[in-house]
Amino acid sequence: MNTGERFMTSYGEEHLGELLSALPPAPVAWVEAAKQLPVARRLDEIVERAEADEDFRRRVVADPESALEEADVVAHAENIEIIKRRLDQKKGRQG
Amino acid sequence: MGMYVELSDSQLVARCRAGDHEAWHELVDRFSRYVYAIAVQAFKLPEHDAEDVFQEVFARAYEHLHKLRDDSAIRPWLAQLTRRLCIDRLRAGAQEQPEDDIEPLDAEDTTARLDDALAVHEALAMLPDGCQDILDRFFARDESYRTISDALDLPAGTIASRISRCLARLRVEMEGRNPEAAPS
Repeated sequence: MNTGERFMTSYGEEHLGELLSALPPAPVAWVEAAKQLPVARRLDEIVERAEADEDFRRRVVADPESALEEADVVAHAENIEIIKRRLDQKKGRQG
Repeated sequence: MGMYVELSDSQLVARCRAGDHEAWHELVDRFSRYVYAIAVQAFKLPEHDAEDVFQEVFARAYEHLHKLRDDSAIRPWLAQLTRRLCIDRLRAGAQEQPEDDIEPLDAEDTTARLDDALAVHEALAMLPDGCQDILDRFFARDESYRTISDALDLPAGTIASRISRCLARLRVEMEGRNPEAAPS
């Protein structure tokens, strides 16, 4: 009898314990990085648009909070810092 | 228990697609162990390769969620995506080996066992917080009675009996989900 058949015919507590043991948590940092994907993508979009549109870039530099809020990203200090740093890096590379 | 925990897979996927960040967090929480376990247990990837696969699975899932035809099929879709990326990773590391030999022989059986394990974890999420915590710490996190006792501020002598009672509740929950498996 394979595992699946055993599982379907009995929920013995020992077997339940084995199955609980089979799924340890993934490393916290991996999980947090995956959760931040939507925000990371929005930040990418802002930077890409700023690269292509100088007026937009000036607006973001002058008022990053508004740019983030328009993109539905919480405008907390960390996100603002990321945007500023990435725009500075782009400008540095271009200039 | 948060409202997102109670959502079905398809409800969760629909919310993610609508741009709900909290729903995305719950989706990652719900499937992170499963994706991780497929990479390291079924495909035996070393941690650094498993991390790349893990991030790529969720990145692609986020990008392509709108392509999912049946929202309730998110679990097999993620399993297949993880499997494909693991095979790509193994293939890149062993270019001489024929493709048929790349996948570990027991990968399919291991993934089937992880499907069962995920079903048990879903049932666990329906138990009171105290039971979830103690069972997860003891079985999934491999914590000792002493560590659990200290963390939960419970007398060490009661940990074994609490685990036993919570396992019995989990068993009832599982039988409620699949009455055919209940003892006759």
